[in-house]
Amino acid sequence: MDNLTSYLVISGILFSLGIFGVMTRRNGVAILMGIELILNSASLNFVAFNRFGGMHRLDGHVFSIFIIVLAAAEAAVALAIIINLFKNLETVNVDQADSMKG
Amino acid sequence: MSEVFFILIAAITIASAIWVVFSSNLIYSAVALLFTLFGVAGLYVFLYADFIAATQVVVYVGGILVLIIFGVMLTNKIADNRISHSSRPRFMAGVISFFIFVLVMTVIFTTTWHTGEEQIATATVNTIGEMILTTYLLPFEVASLVLLAALMGSALLSRKKHG
Repeated sequence: MDNLTSYLVISGILFSLGIFGVMTRRNGVAILMGIELILNSASLNFVAFNRFGGMHRLDGHVFSIFIIVLAAAEAAVALAIIINLFKNLETVNVDQADSMKG
Repeated sequence: MSEVFFILIAAITIASAIWVVFSSNLIYSAVALLFTLFGVAGLYVFLYADFIAATQVVVYVGGILVLIIFGVMLTNKIADNRISHSSRPRFMAGVISFFIFVLVMTVIFTTTWHTGEEQIATATVNTIGEMILTTYLLPFEVASLVLLAALMGSALLSRKKHG
C-alpha cells in the first residue's frame, strides 16, 4: 500500500471532491473549504513525488511549505471579502452578489 | 501494522473530505475539514515529511480552520446555518468532477512514473532551512511580501468605513 500510486489516488480523490465542492456550493465559506481541499491534494502530490521520485534533495517539501503559506494568505483575504459581502448585502451566497450584472 | 494505519488514515481523510463537500450544515463541514487536515498531516508523516506534518497541523488546523469557523459563525445565524442547494447545477457538477476524477485516475495508472531509490527517513528541518535560505531565497522573500500584502489587504477590507 505504501507506494507512489496509492498517494496519487488519495490526492486525486481529494482533488475531485474539492472541485465538486467549489462548483456546487453557493456559500462563500464553503467554497473556501473546497479550495483548501484542492490545495492540500496538490501539496500531498509534491511531497509524495519527493519521497518516491529518487530525489536526494527536499524541493518538494519546500514547495509544499510555499503552498501552505499561500493558502493562509488566501484564506485571510477571502474571509475578509466574505465578511464585507455579508455586511453590505446580508448574504454570503456568491450568486446573489450580482449588483454589477447588466 | 503500518499498513493498517495507512489504510485507516487514508480512509479517515477521504471519508471526512466527502463529508466536507456533501454536508448541508456548515459547522459540520468545518469539523469534517478538521479531520481531513489531520489525515493529510498523518499522510505526511508516512511520507517522512515531519516538518511539513507539523506545519500542516500548526498552520491549517490552528490558523486557517479557526479562521473558517470564525467566518461561519460571523456570517450565519446559529439557528439557520443550512446551505441551500439547487439540484441541476449539482448534477452537472457531479458529472464534470467525476470526469476529472476518471481523467486523473487514467493518467495515474497508465503513466510509468520515474521512481528512483527511496528516501530514507531522516530529520528534514535542517535541509529545509538551508534550502529556503539558499536555493529558494527569492521565493521566500516574495512569500513574506505576499503575507504582508494579505495582512494589509484584509485589514483594509474588514475595517469600519468612515463616511
